[in-house]
Amino acid sequence: MTVAVINSGGANLGSVVHALRRSGVEATLTADAGVIRSADRVILPGVGSAGAAMRALDQAGLVEVITRLEQPVLGICLGLQLLFEHSAEGDVACLGILPGAVERLAVPPELRLPHMGWNQLDWTDPDDPLSSGMDGSEWFYFVHSFAAPVDQAVAVSDHGQGFAAIVRRRNFAACQFHPEKSGSAGARLLANFLES
Amino acid sequence: MVAVRLIPCLDVRDGRVVKGVRFRDHREMGDIVELAQSYRDQGADELVFYDITASPQRRSVDVAWVERVAETIDIPFCVAGGIRDVATARTVLHAGADKISVNSPALERPALIAELADAFGSQCVVAGIDSIREKSGFRVRQYTGDPDNMVDPRRDTLSWVEEVQRLGAGEIVLNCMDSDGVREGYDIDQLATMRKHCRVPLIASGGAGTPEHFLKVFEQADVDGALAATVFHSGQIRIPDLKTWLARHHIIVRS
Repeated sequence: MTVAVINSGGANLGSVVHALRRSGVEATLTADAGVIRSADRVILPGVGSAGAAMRALDQAGLVEVITRLEQPVLGICLGLQLLFEHSAEGDVACLGILPGAVERLAVPPELRLPHMGWNQLDWTDPDDPLSSGMDGSEWFYFVHSFAAPVDQAVAVSDHGQGFAAIVRRRNFAACQFHPEKSGSAGARLLANFLES
Repeated sequence: MVAVRLIPCLDVRDGRVVKGVRFRDHREMGDIVELAQSYRDQGADELVFYDITASPQRRSVDVAWVERVAETIDIPFCVAGGIRDVATARTVLHAGADKISVNSPALERPALIAELADAFGSQCVVAGIDSIREKSGFRVRQYTGDPDNMVDPRRDTLSWVEEVQRLGAGEIVLNCMDSDGVREGYDIDQLATMRKHCRVPLIASGGAGTPEHFLKVFEQADVDGALAATVFHSGQIRIPDLKTWLARHHIIVRS
């Protein structure tokens, strides 16, 4: 199996490659349209701001390449937010694969922003292929200040408000947390993606 | 609900993990990757590596061990020590660190925090603060990794806690120096005071000796995580036992 990890210019993209290697899969970190199109699985990671990431994808000529992908795609963290139509972070148009807009988390004063740490999921679609072998007791590592609406979510999480923890539309799925940093639960989710 | 984080702190000197008492008399504790893996397996929620020789000697972090850790462990980790510019931070983050923590260099040049937050986002930028209790209140200390070169930057801790947040720090680790390494409990009074002025996650550091100390700091200072070294390294407190015990006392932990 070939796995392409899209190099969107953010920091720490290597962590996803390391996580896949621990699962026995050699992934390629790339911004090459040909490599991305021909891969069996594509991962869109991202740490940084939505504006900078969209500019990087645009400059690399990857916006249309990504939106037309037909193999299973997994967005991670910012990679989830980029799948929506718009992000309030930098007021930027995103890939528009999922309807809706990403907004800053509205947290009450007693809660912290960023939402940083381990949290659990509530599967709204327990039949989603990514949920295989999980029952909601697992913990995943989140670090974000912006979040997507729950309408398109197959799993939601909560930090002062409900937000999309995992979304899906056709071959595109994405998680707001970092499976590559979520211990055994994260490894299971990545394995589910590779098997989907 | 987000779980509290239990964070073993691995002080690194010349590529090995060490631990001192009140920042002096460092003893060697073992290999970085082996210790990191062992803590990950025990259920540590995050790891912090402080290169304690880096800042006083004005050299930056050796990234070879950062890469080795990143290849091996699948929980988040933060690297501190000697990061004084965006280029160095980028090297450390690209080597696989999830966050970078700045302490002494940010006191030298506070704009560093804003530059790092602009380049990588606040979620990557931790402000490490070493604080000491004086008659006039809580005060910041600089270059604490080397007691012979420690400096009083003439700042009170509260104003620095507020300033680092304004500049874009996404998390604060407050190391209460009077409690560090002596295992008599976290400085609840100081942490609770700073908590009131902290919108970002606050991590307690310095003083853990018993499970009760962890319970007290989560209940009374409302911190998001607790850092400890000696009690974990010595095996005096095992993380799985501590989590079970905290859960029984209604603290939300990752099981």
